Amino acid sequence: MREAAAVEFRGVRKAFHGKAVLSGIDLEIRSGETFTILGGSGSGKSVCLKHMIGLLRCDAGEISVLGREVTRLPERNWATLRREFGMVFQGAALFDSLSVYENVAYPIREHMSWNEERVCERVGHCLAGVGLAGSERLLPAELSGGMKKRVGVARAIALEPRIVLYDEPTTGLDPANARRVGELIRALQSQLSATSVVVTHDLELCFAISDRVALLQGGRLAVVGPAGMVREHAELRAFVEAGEPLLPNARPAAARSGGTHG
Amino acid sequence: MSELAAQPITRLGERALRVAEELGDFTVLSLQTLVALRRPRFPLRELAVQFEALAVRSAPIVVITSVFTGMVLALQTAYSLTRFGARPYVGSIVGLAIVRELGPVLAALMVGGRAGAGIASELGSMQVTEQVDAIRALGADPVQKLVLPRVLATTLGLPLLTIFAITLGIAGGMVVAEAQYGIASSFYLQTVTSVVRASDFVSGVAKTVVFGWAIGMIGCHVGLATQGGTAGVGRATTRAVVVASIVVLVADFFLTKLLLLLPTDALLAALARLVAGA
Repeated sequence: MREAAAVEFRGVRKAFHGKAVLSGIDLEIRSGETFTILGGSGSGKSVCLKHMIGLLRCDAGEISVLGREVTRLPERNWATLRREFGMVFQGAALFDSLSVYENVAYPIREHMSWNEERVCERVGHCLAGVGLAGSERLLPAELSGGMKKRVGVARAIALEPRIVLYDEPTTGLDPANARRVGELIRALQSQLSATSVVVTHDLELCFAISDRVALLQGGRLAVVGPAGMVREHAELRAFVEAGEPLLPNARPAAARSGGTHG
Repeated sequence: MSELAAQPITRLGERALRVAEELGDFTVLSLQTLVALRRPRFPLRELAVQFEALAVRSAPIVVITSVFTGMVLALQTAYSLTRFGARPYVGSIVGLAIVRELGPVLAALMVGGRAGAGIASELGSMQVTEQVDAIRALGADPVQKLVLPRVLATTLGLPLLTIFAITLGIAGGMVVAEAQYGIASSFYLQTVTSVVRASDFVSGVAKTVVFGWAIGMIGCHVGLATQGGTAGVGRATTRAVVVASIVVLVADFFLTKLLLLLPTDALLAALARLVAGA
């Protein structure tokens, strides 16, 4: 029997204040792959990611996670299902009032009843994994942007999740730190053999780590396919050439002409 | 009707819908907080932290406010009573006013400003930096982790601060009565205790349980509903203080009216007999 998809979307729609952000997304993320969703700012990439872990509810369509239908799953049942997830937030979203140690220990304390020795061992292991051994006592305010992001990764993998979600993992980092985070994602992928879902507009990162890539445009997935194939796709070229529009309504001609939805 | 004439009506309707939606969200959050109260893993440590931050650290402003209010009230009352030749009874009026009304409301307004703003800005910042989402993503419940300890801290802390405020307000009045008008402290206290009954004290402090709960809930609700980055946090903070102050003042009127309708004296007497019997 074929293994159930890690995440599956069927006709998922979402609108905010009457404005459609996702207008019918069909998506299947296979177990164990690294799947990247590309798109410009405000294209709904993060919204898409937040539906996978139940932080947002879709208006229409169906979502299943690890073979389980979750579209109308109540919040209290999500709490246990989220044990299978790790999420790395765009701004790291570390808890300001807690030390690095307590931040990484947070999901362990929430889901497990381990003794402190075991918690300490796991936290140390996770921090070493992201190259931040010995930083347990620091507070988030004392960390650089890159370090915060890596602590965010350590917190996300503390319970060895089956699915890791990365929301713009390289945004706001200098090129060296961005490359480092990319390498970290790849290294974790081979260690954890989890499913990774990355949302980004960083093409270099995208093609360095992905098995498959999807391009999100106008609330729909314009292209989905293996990384090598998508790289050559006309829609993607248009996305690259268009770059980030300076003003939402002033998109360059290339984006307009190439912006048909698949 | 022309489109132009319909515009204000449309806006009014939209506004009414927004208020209704907001009241609905507030009610849902309040119910979730009650449910969280009964859930396992009560956040006792966080409650202690919040009690210290929201109640204990509010004590200085409550002290200053109540002492000076008691003092100025004694000045004004003595000045007015002189016209009726009743100046020695300043303690009765100061005592009743502070116990029944000024102690509870001033403490609530001070805590509403300080703790309401503190809660809204902290939770607002956590909301815009995705820390609230992170709590959910890590399998925890923001209502249990953030809302419950804060609401309990203000609900339990405000009555205690009010007892503090009442005591110091009466003491402030006593100092002025003696120093300014030569009314002996013993006589002042006698005039206070001869007029102020246990039921006055109970109805004054009982109101603050509701005020404390409202301040905590409003701070949390407004904070968690924050949108629009750091500017949004500023707006949320202002809003929490304004809404909390208005709610305290409006609720005060209705609660006072309700408590006046209840036979508080008889209830307290029955309670005293019950305790004596046991």
